[in-house]
Amino acid sequence: MRIAARKFVYLPQEVTLKKGVPVVLEFTAEDVVMGFNAPDFNVRADIVPGQPARVRFTPDKLGEFTYLCDIFCGDGHERMTGLLRVVA
Amino acid sequence: MNRRNFVKLAGLGGVVFTSGLARGAGTYGSSQDEFFFVQLSDTHWGFQGPAVNPDAAGTLPKAIAAVNALETQPDFVVFTGDLTHTTDDPRERRRRLAEFRDLARGLKNPNVRFMPGEHDAALDDGAAYRELFGPTHYAFDHKGVHFIALDNVSDRAARIGEEQLGWLKADLEKRKRDERIVVLAHRPLFPLYPQWDWATRDGEQALELLMPYRNVVVFYGHIHQEHHYKTGHIEHHSAKSLIFPLPAPGSMPKREPIKWDPAQPYRGLGYREVEAEAGPVAYRITELPVIKA
Repeated sequence: MRIAARKFVYLPQEVTLKKGVPVVLEFTAEDVVMGFNAPDFNVRADIVPGQPARVRFTPDKLGEFTYLCDIFCGDGHERMTGLLRVVA
Repeated sequence: MNRRNFVKLAGLGGVVFTSGLARGAGTYGSSQDEFFFVQLSDTHWGFQGPAVNPDAAGTLPKAIAAVNALETQPDFVVFTGDLTHTTDDPRERRRRLAEFRDLARGLKNPNVRFMPGEHDAALDDGAAYRELFGPTHYAFDHKGVHFIALDNVSDRAARIGEEQLGWLKADLEKRKRDERIVVLAHRPLFPLYPQWDWATRDGEQALELLMPYRNVVVFYGHIHQEHHYKTGHIEHHSAKSLIFPLPAPGSMPKREPIKWDPAQPYRGLGYREVEAEAGPVAYRITELPVIKA
């Protein structure tokens, strides 16, 4: 599943995953170095422009979980979040 | 210390006073080892957002006036970061930092310490901040207390970094295990709520270095609210902001500023006094509003 990161959004912002099903998220950055951090699943990655970043994990709980950019990337950085929706 | 009402913090060894201090004018403290300082934080000079603070340009001057009006002046004043609101424009960043510096010169007390927040320093690795304020991390001693100002913001990824951790280790090796140590930081050193970026990537390494020392307390900012927590025996006390409050950790779906309430202007904003006592070691915190009711 591919997610693009650019000032100051992830596209798509919401991603639906299945509990217990392994997933690979592939991130690309379009302008500056960004981060992807999903603390509820203990996964994170640096997203460097021109270098797709992949994270592999298996969602182990149901619900909606915020992920965020954890590399300070500009004046809209604090709004740069997304949502992982984990369903049965 | 006398005639003060206070509440014990559940589970904490420290106390937070809820009333004003009963001090006379003039020199504070009867002992060489007693003193107090003032912590101001997250002033975000340059922020614009009438819905959350229609007096964004007036709040910091009011806070400075409030500190100047204290019956007794503190031994020193410290700003724990996010002096300015971030901007992608390096010239505007310097302009805001310079305006902030000039406003802070209005403090009656000449002993003022500064620290950067990520809004001041993360986009240029602290370059503009250092030009106007000097080093982003440093240590100093005051009346028997060793103060360590850590920089966990200049790195965009919120890391203290190996070099600074090495400096911290070397500094701590010169301390006695029972020495009074106060750590000043912008971000929390513990993972308070990483979902809102309320953490320091390598904060655990700093805490590991501090753990052998018995009298350590941390004062920080970043989360725009008062918060008290303990990791082992180390207390962590965050300060209110002087621009807008933020919700309690995880209490809302998003970390959005709390809107201004015209019926209660400046609600949730403020600064604090911290009294340091030597015997027994204690830090007594008094939260103060921008405008007295």
